[in-house]
Amino acid sequence: MTDFQQSALQLADKQQAAAWLQPLREQGASKWSAASWPGRKTEAWKYISLAPLQQQNELRWGGEADDSAIDAVEQVELDATCLVFVNGRFNAARSSSLPAGVIRFVDADAAQQDMIQQHLGQVVDSERHLFAALSNAWIEDGILLHVARNQKLEKPLYILNVATPEASAAVASQRLLVVLEEGSEAEVIEHFASDAREQNGFVNSLTEVVVGANARLQHYRINLEEENLLHVGGVHVDLHRDARFHGFTLAQGSRLKRIDYQLNMRGEGAHMDLNGVYLPRNKQVIDYHTNVEHCVPHCTSNEVFRGIIGDSAKAVFNGRIHIHPKAQKTLAELSNKNLLTSRTAEINTKPELEIYADDVRCAHGATIAQLDETSLFYLQSRGISAADATSMLSFGFINELLNQVPEQAIQDYLRPRLASLFGKGDEALGRLSYE
Amino acid sequence: MLKISDLYGKVEEKDILKGLSIDVKPGEVHAIMGPNGSGKSTLGNVLSGRPGYEATAGSVTFKGRNLFDMDTEERAREGLFLAFQYPVEIPGVSNMEFLKAAVDAKRKHHGQSDLSSVDFLKLARETCKRVNLDASFLKRGVNEGFSGGEKKRNEIMQMMLLEPDLCILDETDSGLDIDALQVVADGVNAMRDGNRSFLVVTHYQRLLDYIIPDYVHVLAGGRIVKSGDKSLALELEAKGYGWLENEVA
Repeated sequence: MTDFQQSALQLADKQQAAAWLQPLREQGASKWSAASWPGRKTEAWKYISLAPLQQQNELRWGGEADDSAIDAVEQVELDATCLVFVNGRFNAARSSSLPAGVIRFVDADAAQQDMIQQHLGQVVDSERHLFAALSNAWIEDGILLHVARNQKLEKPLYILNVATPEASAAVASQRLLVVLEEGSEAEVIEHFASDAREQNGFVNSLTEVVVGANARLQHYRINLEEENLLHVGGVHVDLHRDARFHGFTLAQGSRLKRIDYQLNMRGEGAHMDLNGVYLPRNKQVIDYHTNVEHCVPHCTSNEVFRGIIGDSAKAVFNGRIHIHPKAQKTLAELSNKNLLTSRTAEINTKPELEIYADDVRCAHGATIAQLDETSLFYLQSRGISAADATSMLSFGFINELLNQVPEQAIQDYLRPRLASLFGKGDEALGRLSYE
Repeated sequence: MLKISDLYGKVEEKDILKGLSIDVKPGEVHAIMGPNGSGKSTLGNVLSGRPGYEATAGSVTFKGRNLFDMDTEERAREGLFLAFQYPVEIPGVSNMEFLKAAVDAKRKHHGQSDLSSVDFLKLARETCKRVNLDASFLKRGVNEGFSGGEKKRNEIMQMMLLEPDLCILDETDSGLDIDALQVVADGVNAMRDGNRSFLVVTHYQRLLDYIIPDYVHVLAGGRIVKSGDKSLALELEAKGYGWLENEVA
C-alpha cells in the first residue's frame, strides 16, 4: 500500500458513519488497500500522472466555510430544488427544503436505507474503478434521489458542490444515488465549482444511476473549478429496458481532473447519448474515460466529445464501446474532435471498439486539428480580424454542442462564461442571437 | 476603382492567370465570362487575398492603393467584397454574431462606433427581408443547413449590410433556379448607385439578362481574350466558347 492509500484510509477512521453503511465502507476499504497503485503501465491511467495526488501530505477533511465562499460562486439560474455542499458538507441553510424522494443518507428511514443498500456500490464496479473503492470506504453521507413509478420529478434537482480555500490541501467526498423506477422521469444537474482562489484540495465524487424500464434521466455534470484543484469523479449508469439517459458534461480547471462515464445497457431498447466538452488551459490536465457496455440487443448509444486544449494543457479522451455477443442490432456512435491552440498543448485520444456481435452498426472517429482555413478566410474576407475570427471559430466549435443542451438555463449559464474564455465578451448579442 | 494590369497569378505552383488586365471605373458593371479552368475563380480569390492564391507579377490598385499592400480583412474594410461561389458553413457561429462582427469591424476601421445590438438586429432583420430570407436565419449557424439558394442570398445580404465599393460576384448564379436568381439580381441592381462597381464572374449568359453589364470580357487561358458590350455575351451564347478559342489561336 502506498503512503497515499494509507493516509486516505486513515481518514475513514475519523468519520462517524451509521452502522448500516459499515459493510460497504469495509468492502471499499479492503479493495482500496488491496489495489496496486496505478502507474504509467496501468492502461486506464497511462496518459496522466497521479503524482499531484500523492504529493498531498497529511490528508484531512475539508472544513466548514462561511457563506461568502458560496456567494462567490454564481449558480445556474433555474427553478429547481437546490442542494448546496461546501467542501463535501451539506449546507442546509443554503439549500432548498428536500422534496419527497430526495433524501440525505444520514436521514434515511429503514425503507430508504434498504433502497440505498440495494443499489449503492452496486452500479459501479469498484474492482475496475479504484477511486470508487475509496468512495465506498468514505461513505458517511450522500443524496438519494428516488422517483416512483410513472412519476415525474417536479423540479430539476440541482446539486452545487463548492470547494473553498478553507479546504486547501483537504479532501471532500461526494456521493449521489439516483433511482428511477419504471416509467419515471427526472432532471439532475451536478455542478462542481470553486471561486478563483487557490484551493488545492482533492474531490472524490461518485454518482450511481439506475434508470428503470422506460424511465428517462436528463443528467448534467458541470465541472468549473479553479486551477489547482484535484478531482476524480465517475458517473455510473445502469439502463434497463427502453430506458433513456441523456447526458451533458463539461470540464474546465484542475491540474488533475479525471472523470469516468460508465454506461451499462442492460435492457433491450435502451438509449443513451452523451455530449462532452473539455477546455483545459494553462497547465491543466483533464482526462475523460467513457465506457459503454452493450450487453443486449437493440440498444443505441451516441457520444460526442469535443475539446479545445490550449497553452501547456493536456487532455485525454478514451472512449470504449464494448458490444457483447448477444447485443445484435446495436447502433453505437462515438465522435471525438479536438482543437489544439498552442504548440505545447497535448491531446491523447483513443476510441476503443470491441465488437463481438456481427449485426451491428458502429461508427467512431477521432480528429485532432487546427481551425479550418477556409472558414477563417471566409470570416476575414468580411473584414473580421484574424484574431477575432480565431476566437469566433474556437467558440463555435464547442457552441455547436452547447446549442444542443436541452436545458435553456444551462445554455444561458455556460455560453457567456465559455465565450469569455475565447475573448468574446458580447453577452448581450449572444442573448439576442439565441433568443 | 479597380485597375488590374498584366496580372499573373498561381495556385499551388500552377500558373493560372497570365497577363490579365481590366480597368473598372466607379459605377461600372463588368462581367467576366469564360469556360471552366480559364481562371475565373482564381481572379476573385487572388483579389480577396485567399491563402494559397498568389499574384506573381503585374499590379492591382484598388481605390488608388496597391491592393497587395493590404491583408484580406483590410481589403474588406476598405470596401472590397467577394461573394463566394461556395459559401462556407460554420456551425456554432451564429449568422447574427458573424454579421455584427463584420459590420462592427468595418465601422471601427472608418472611425465609427459599434452599432448597438438592438439597432443591429433591426437592420439585420430588414436586410433579411430584402433578400427574402426569414429572420430566423439570423439565429442559425453561418450557412448551416442552408440550401444552395439560401447561401447565395445570404452572400447578397452580407453585401447589402457591408455596403462595399466594389462587389465581386464569383459565379453567384451557378446552381440557382430562376426565382432565386431574380432575388439575387434585384439585390445587386438595387445597390447600383452610380458609384459602386461590380465585377460579375459567371459561366452562364443567363445572369446577364438580369444584371445588365456595361462591359463583357471573355477570359480564356488566364487572360482577357475579347472585350465588348453586353452583345458579346449573346454572341458567346450563340457560338460557344470554342469560337473564341479558335479565333485567338
